[in-house]
Amino acid sequence: MAWTKKVMRVNLTDGTIGEEPLNMEWARQYLGQRGLASKYLFEEIDPECDALGADNKLIYTTGPLTGTMASTGGRYSVVTKSPLTGTIACSNSGGFLGPEMKFAGWDMIIFEGKSPKPVYLYVRDGHAELVDASEIWGKSVWAADRILHTRHQDPQLRIACVGRSAEAGCLYSAIINDLHRAAGRSGVGTVMASKNLKALAVRGTRGLGGIKDPMRFIRATEEGKKVLREHAVTGQGLPTYGTQVLMNVINESGALPTRNMREVQFEGARNISGEAMHEPRKSDNRPNLTTNAACFACTIACGRIATIDQNHFAIENKPEYWRNSGGLEYEAAWAMGTDTGIDDLDAATYANFVCNEDGMDPITFGATVAAAMELYEEGVITTRETGGVEYKFGSAKALVHAVEAVAGGTGFGKDLGLGSKRLCEKYGRPELSMTVKSQEFPAYDPRGIQGMGLAYATSNRGACHLRGYTVASEILGIPEKTDPLVSKDKAGLVKAFQDATAVFDSSGLCLFTSFAWTLDNVAPQIDSACEGDWSAEKLVEVGERIWNLEREFNRLAGITGKGDTLPPRLLKEAAQTGPAKDKVAELDDMLPEYYELRGWSTDGNVSDETKQRLGL
Amino acid sequence: MLKALQLEPEKCTGCLQCEMACSYENEGVFNPAKSRIKVFNFHDEGRFAPYTCTQCDEAWCLYACPVEAIAINAGTGAKEVLGDTCVGCKVCTIACPFGTVNYNSSTGKVIKCDLCGGDPWCAKACPTGAITYVDADGTGMERMRAWARQGMPPAGASVNAPAEKEIPNYESA
Amino acid sequence: MHHVVIGAGPAGVVAAEHLRKYDPDSSVTIVGGEEEPPYSRMAIPYYLVKRIPEGGTHLRKSSGYYDRMGIDVKHGRVTGVDTNANAVSLDGGGSVNYDKLLIATGASPVAPPIPGTDLDGVRNCWDLPDAREIIKYCEPGKRIVLIGAGFIGCIILEALVASGAQVHVVEMENRMVPRMMNETAGGLIGQWCGDKGIEVHTGTRVESIDEKNGALSVSLGDGGRLDADLAITATGVAPNIGFARDSGIDVDEGLLVNEYLQTRSENVYAAGDCAQGRDFSTGEYSVQAIQPTAVEHGRIAARNMARGHEHYHWGNVNMNVLDTMGLISSSFGLWMGADGGDSAELLDKNEYRYLNLQFKDDVLVGASSLGLTEHVGVVRGLIQSKTRLKNWKDKLRKDPTRLMEAYLANTQAVGHNAHVL
Repeated sequence: MAWTKKVMRVNLTDGTIGEEPLNMEWARQYLGQRGLASKYLFEEIDPECDALGADNKLIYTTGPLTGTMASTGGRYSVVTKSPLTGTIACSNSGGFLGPEMKFAGWDMIIFEGKSPKPVYLYVRDGHAELVDASEIWGKSVWAADRILHTRHQDPQLRIACVGRSAEAGCLYSAIINDLHRAAGRSGVGTVMASKNLKALAVRGTRGLGGIKDPMRFIRATEEGKKVLREHAVTGQGLPTYGTQVLMNVINESGALPTRNMREVQFEGARNISGEAMHEPRKSDNRPNLTTNAACFACTIACGRIATIDQNHFAIENKPEYWRNSGGLEYEAAWAMGTDTGIDDLDAATYANFVCNEDGMDPITFGATVAAAMELYEEGVITTRETGGVEYKFGSAKALVHAVEAVAGGTGFGKDLGLGSKRLCEKYGRPELSMTVKSQEFPAYDPRGIQGMGLAYATSNRGACHLRGYTVASEILGIPEKTDPLVSKDKAGLVKAFQDATAVFDSSGLCLFTSFAWTLDNVAPQIDSACEGDWSAEKLVEVGERIWNLEREFNRLAGITGKGDTLPPRLLKEAAQTGPAKDKVAELDDMLPEYYELRGWSTDGNVSDETKQRLGL
Repeated sequence: MLKALQLEPEKCTGCLQCEMACSYENEGVFNPAKSRIKVFNFHDEGRFAPYTCTQCDEAWCLYACPVEAIAINAGTGAKEVLGDTCVGCKVCTIACPFGTVNYNSSTGKVIKCDLCGGDPWCAKACPTGAITYVDADGTGMERMRAWARQGMPPAGASVNAPAEKEIPNYESA
Repeated sequence: MHHVVIGAGPAGVVAAEHLRKYDPDSSVTIVGGEEEPPYSRMAIPYYLVKRIPEGGTHLRKSSGYYDRMGIDVKHGRVTGVDTNANAVSLDGGGSVNYDKLLIATGASPVAPPIPGTDLDGVRNCWDLPDAREIIKYCEPGKRIVLIGAGFIGCIILEALVASGAQVHVVEMENRMVPRMMNETAGGLIGQWCGDKGIEVHTGTRVESIDEKNGALSVSLGDGGRLDADLAITATGVAPNIGFARDSGIDVDEGLLVNEYLQTRSENVYAAGDCAQGRDFSTGEYSVQAIQPTAVEHGRIAARNMARGHEHYHWGNVNMNVLDTMGLISSSFGLWMGADGGDSAELLDKNEYRYLNLQFKDDVLVGASSLGLTEHVGVVRGLIQSKTRLKNWKDKLRKDPTRLMEAYLANTQAVGHNAHVL
């Protein structure tokens, strides 16, 4: 039935591991992955609990299409309460770990409590055990990955791991699987490390069967693949340039937040763009990009595999980085390039490697460095705080210093590990933090893409592009073009994107398919794989239900409509250049309409009627 | 003319669609661990290599079998494991110098590529054309070209976009 | 042209088939020493566990196969070879003339020098009659002592234990399978057997076997005594070559052959367990007595007999794969190490996983493993192709499990059957 219908429950406090059936009633309402695990979390923890305490839970969760031939059917998510935002956290990752969980026979693994000593969970099909992690604790993700593969003598073992940053308490630590795929945002890695859980290592040989109508399913997935390969974005743009296809496009749109969002266009964008990754370097005549690569089952293959110039100052004496690894995605290139004013492609690639190696969210990391640079240039902090390094915008040296300090949790890295909100509060300048609900913005300036302002403000996990990507419509014209500079009618657009996104995130599919697919393409794949009837209409309702459940969680956690706002810079300081010149983010024009469309009260609470309508 | 699987590693993105298609055709489940074709990931070099039996003329597995459980399919030239006859002695797994016969402990028998009776699912599922089913002579040519390319510096980044094709029919197999 | 093959095991049958293929106009005769149709000893353990019927052990299964192939299968025990007259003599007085002769008479178990091995309840485990006898004891409550924990002993353990019998293993060396596993791996196999309820006695020999009150009493060198209903001796085999002495064929450990598998007598070749062929790894001539070597001998000898000496025999990699009650082990080539070589080793005692690689310079020359089943054949490929591992040797030393990658990285561009072997 595409679900394995089995949940593993691991109590880290007493070291016990149990098995229970998946709650199929909830699966019919919430589908899987993001939605279903959010329901579990909602029912099982007190939303007011300490995110880094033993009462929080950490859920690894897959969707019904995870581990199937559906294109991109390889996603998993980690759902927990975020230590960065205090909201519900759901971070989605590709790679190969999620399918391996399914092949081992598990839809979901719920970690609860806190282990008295560092451990990792080793799963081989029905066998699961908590193993002493003293050999890998204190080591990077990459080092731990090598050790576990060798120890278990299994090259096919799939590993998700936290790095040294998480152990040191960095609040935006990611969980890294397969060396450079990340459940990146909101500090899910920090939660994992707080439980003394270093890694999850899975090997599945049972496979996934029980597809409701196999031949209809395979046919539906092949039709879906055809749509992907014939679409300009998923068939050409993403394979060729990855998400980095956007760097020049967004810059030209005047929506590329630059130097801690002081500006909306970056003069050095070209140098760190997807196109630049293809150009041979002067020193060795090799391009930054070696090849594109796919996550499990993905027929798009947007992943970047890249190298750094061996003569670059960041690695000239570090042969361990003279090889290929995961290259820059757009958001990472933006955060560690544009937002810090650095147009050094190799420095950004190095910072990206280290974010993978020691498990940090590159968006929050880069944006926090950007905030630190503004604090530095304002004279609020000096080289005394930074450890002797000048944190000037554009300084690749500062970026390299910062990423190593946060990775190891040393010196100024402790401050940077707080995220920009807490960093700027600590130094008395909270307004310089470019965050919503304490999470940093990604790479789209809401002054130039108005819909994104509302999407950021209302995102259930703080500022995020992956909770409602109206960029697709406003810039790329998918599914239809809307004017990015106009706030009118964006409320409905944001709601539609938010609900549909929740469905993609709950299915096991990658959100990037939504450049080419609508839920009309997704529904037949789910319907032929899963028991029950799954139409596009029903999926929209599932998406809306998930959105409202997350919202309710946040309200119970003490995060209300008051948090649905943007930093004053975006609301008051107009863009100075480009198409969006003189524009501010017109959030106030959109928010009331949005609440109304959502069926929420004027202060942003889910109304009883809406709850009833959605069966909450 | 006999056809053969042509593997072109430089076109592979490592998506494992081939492994899923293979395992579904042969085992009725999506299960890369039981796939007869395997994609190897050379992470540090940034390349991938799909690999399976090429139905070699030497047929080491076939001759090593003590109970005549591996036979040649006259239509396809594939060396096929006869599941009813295989006793699971594993001699073929050490005899095959290419490592493409594996023991399946859940059935107690060995598994290897059988070309799906002449309609290999891995080739149908490959999105980039890294695995194709072509006239056997062509694979030799392609190998020669690969040989010639070996050791030459890469001209630039390799980008593997989905290859154009009709929607394959999986039901015929 | 009349090709005669003595011996109806895998070497003999494969040789006969290839003689038919390479020399279609010739006549081909197999002379088999046993009453059975040609069968495979390798399959006997699976017959014992009742996974296959007796017919499942037959080398070729379709009825009338040998007639259709034009291969004449005769029954008869060869008593001598007259290399001057080009004739073999059979017991009972008959003889068969040949133009070319292949001796593939295999091997037989060697009875250990223990008083009492002639008693009724003491059997080898070698041929089908042995198997039929052993199978009678395979039932709950029976007490079985296995003397010798070599390849054959280990492979039949599962059958014995699965029957519910109570099983003891006695091995003279300090570990199980001493001729294919080192102390670490052999010790782990012993521990595995212990976990499965077998009493393992290593480092001790059987002194004698007596019969008391209709049961056997097995006396051990360490003073212990084991009561048994059945004692199985599996202490090694030796080539069946007695008939060839004084025939002008050189005999050492087995029949001596040159690099074309030809004996000193021009028209006589030898293959399989009775032949002392070239060992790929050592370059020396020895009896390997393993299935893959037997069939490759058969193929090469047939080609050289039918077509002249066009196939040079570089030697076979000695290798084994063994399933000891679900614990799969394998060994290849110089698994015990090469002079001036070095090695890499990985051990996980809890999971019964072990991998040991042996290198000479940057070439893999041997390996042994426990629990390795994925792509294991590539070990042979790497050894036999003498692939220069270059920088992959270092990677393998750090993580020996990356064997397949090492192989592909060094050969893939060539294509894996483009004459790399």
